[in-house]
Amino acid sequence: MRVKVQTRDLNVHYGRVHALKDVSVDIEANSVTAVIGPSGCGKTTFLRVLNRLVDLDGARVTGKVFLDGEDIFNGVDVTSLRRRVGMVFQQPNPFPMSIYDNVAFGPRIHGIRDKKRLDRIVEASLRKAALWSEVKDRLHESALRLSGGQQQRLCIARALAVQPEVILMDEPCSALDPVSTARIETLIKELKREYTLVVVTHNMHQAVRISDHTAFFLNGELVEFGKTSQIFTNPAEKRTEDYISGRFG
Amino acid sequence: MCFAMSWSMERVVESILLISALSSALIVFFIVLFMLKEGFPALMLGKDFFLGMEWKPSHDKFGILPTVISTLIVGVGALAISAAIGIPAAIYLAEFSPPLLRNVLKACVEMLVGVPSVVLGFFGLMVVVVFIRDFFGGGGGGGGGGECILAAWFILAIMTLPHVVSISEDAIQAVPCSLREASLALGATHWQTVREVVLPNARSGILASLILGMGNAIGETMAVLMVIGNPNIPSVPTSVFDAARVLTSTIILEISYAVWGSTHQHALFALGIVLFVIVAFLNIITTAIVRKEVRKKSV
Amino acid sequence: MRGILCVFALIPAIILIILFSYIFSNGISAINIDFLLNSPYMLERGGIFPQIIGSLCLVSVCLLFAVPLGVLSAIYLAEYAPDNALTGIIRFFVECLAGIPSIVIGLFGLILLVHYLNFGISLLSGGLSLGFMILPWTIRASEEAIRAVPRSFREASLALGATKLQTIRCVVLRNAFPGIITGVLLGLGKALGETAVVLLTAGSGLESFIPRSLFDPVGSLPVYIYMLATQGRHSSTAFSKASGASLVLLTIFFAINVSALLLRNRYIRRMRGEIA
Repeated sequence: MRVKVQTRDLNVHYGRVHALKDVSVDIEANSVTAVIGPSGCGKTTFLRVLNRLVDLDGARVTGKVFLDGEDIFNGVDVTSLRRRVGMVFQQPNPFPMSIYDNVAFGPRIHGIRDKKRLDRIVEASLRKAALWSEVKDRLHESALRLSGGQQQRLCIARALAVQPEVILMDEPCSALDPVSTARIETLIKELKREYTLVVVTHNMHQAVRISDHTAFFLNGELVEFGKTSQIFTNPAEKRTEDYISGRFG
Repeated sequence: MCFAMSWSMERVVESILLISALSSALIVFFIVLFMLKEGFPALMLGKDFFLGMEWKPSHDKFGILPTVISTLIVGVGALAISAAIGIPAAIYLAEFSPPLLRNVLKACVEMLVGVPSVVLGFFGLMVVVVFIRDFFGGGGGGGGGGECILAAWFILAIMTLPHVVSISEDAIQAVPCSLREASLALGATHWQTVREVVLPNARSGILASLILGMGNAIGETMAVLMVIGNPNIPSVPTSVFDAARVLTSTIILEISYAVWGSTHQHALFALGIVLFVIVAFLNIITTAIVRKEVRKKSV
Repeated sequence: MRGILCVFALIPAIILIILFSYIFSNGISAINIDFLLNSPYMLERGGIFPQIIGSLCLVSVCLLFAVPLGVLSAIYLAEYAPDNALTGIIRFFVECLAGIPSIVIGLFGLILLVHYLNFGISLLSGGLSLGFMILPWTIRASEEAIRAVPRSFREASLALGATKLQTIRCVVLRNAFPGIITGVLLGLGKALGETAVVLLTAGSGLESFIPRSLFDPVGSLPVYIYMLATQGRHSSTAFSKASGASLVLLTIFFAINVSALLLRNRYIRRMRGEIA
């Protein structure tokens, strides 16, 4: 088992609020890790630490986070970190540009100008996101014309276009209908062959369907972390068991 | 456009951004500085300047009182007219008009804002002044008759009307729906609701629009210049049909022949300072009203 | 009650109609190729060609100054300025500038540009003074447009590994562009119609030549209108030429307003996804 992302004694403060408390976890490469817990427990904060978007939130971060053994807060250029660790947001947020320009945005930012190369990257990313067949004839139409589920897959393609190693997803299906949700869940399971995924979800059934490992957060604390099958059938902590069986939400 | 820049280039660009913002802010600073420097010698005349009743540059007399009084009279009169028309208009637009008419009338108001002051002044000269001359036979000054304070009132009212209407309309619209609904639920008619609930709550916004409008009227140069008559010797006006001089028209008329470096020139700049202070004072009152309202609402 | 209020609301529209029809009826007779292409002489003869060119030159200099400075300042204020006293002071001073009467700006231009810096009565003095006048409006409009770009776009861009400046250039400015242009067009309108400032710093308005350098005095439409309306014999020729010039000026204004509207429309359509 190869560890891709590691945190040690990670603490995050927003002013007086202690949002994450002493979180230490090892995330395995080429796996899907689900992050579950009630609202406000720190799931999104945890995700935003991993690609340092938390820098924008005015938070104070202590402890260490490692990507392939490198400390991401010390000595790693934040823009190259964010290229390696991509993010898909809860609300699909394609740019008001064409589908092509959305996917090509990332590569262009990183200096790729050659049209043929961009064409190849756009096609490959859209194929990986299972969207190519639906949009190949209308790449130059506005991305905002797509349905919610298609827009989210577009955002996934956009993230894939910069060739990340880790993909973070913050409740990617919560704004979508069940059919789109199912498609994206299938996609997630395929993507783990090439990438490491960390998926925040409030839907426990989804966590069971898609993930290999699960992390349960409560009030900023990582209460339990382990194989999904074990967490949901035989949790070690009482709090985990209470949450899973719905005694609180 | 989207090429990557090296870290040092980015730092350079960020410094340029800061310098731009600072430069923009510094312009006001320099305006105040230069105005004070140029107007200072005249301000030093003290009482003779501020309270003097005679403005005769050729005799070295620089009393600004009649000019200031005329300016205030012109401002208040224009304000009264535009308030009398603008506030009912705003009420209608905000509360009673059907949407289509509202859009059309609002577009008209927007367009009126865009008319350059010199065109309005020209219109005033051709229509309003002639009308006054033919009907009331008053006014005079340098023109053909009819130029007077009343003409200035009309033209300035036209200029400030759009501002009064749009700001008052916004203020009325900003009154929360919940208040209106509460009143209607108690059985009040629409008009009663407007009179007793909406207007009192919009009062400070409307007041702010009026004071702002008065500031605009006092600061206006060309339109008033063309219709107010500008007699050679400014005096305190005794009737609305008197020609008069205001701060702005005096400055622009005399600056072309004031000898550079003379007390006359300094006095004109001092007039500019007085004008600036009056308008700034009105703006401060407006901001204070708005701020007090915001604070009241958040408590 | 409704009826009475309606009458009041109609008054601005009525005034507008009277104004336009008066200017139009008096001015249309003066407009012909001669008028548009010749130069004025002896006050009320000739045409307004140098004035049209002069107004356009003045406005160009004005925009060349006020737009870059305004947009850059707005970017700083919207994206970089920390929440401290210095930022508050900057904003305060910029707001102050908006409240200064145009004639005071003209006096400032006179003392600083014409005399102190020795630019003389010129295109440069006039253009820069106009620039001072519209700067707060370009800053305000640009800042609003930049702030209106949703946060989610910025985060998406940063999450893809873009730097802050790249995000500003490629996402924020691109989306704020129509709003910024609308602000520019509005400033343009103000500058085009401004008379006091130009009278003090740029020229008497009756120039019969086109400026050959930045340091030449320059004629302009508003000053021309003023001169014809107030100096001279108050003849009907003078009035009709002044009306004609007013008509040209108002037409340019109309064109500007329509462009601003079309631009805003295009922006709304892009945000709705109708165009890419």
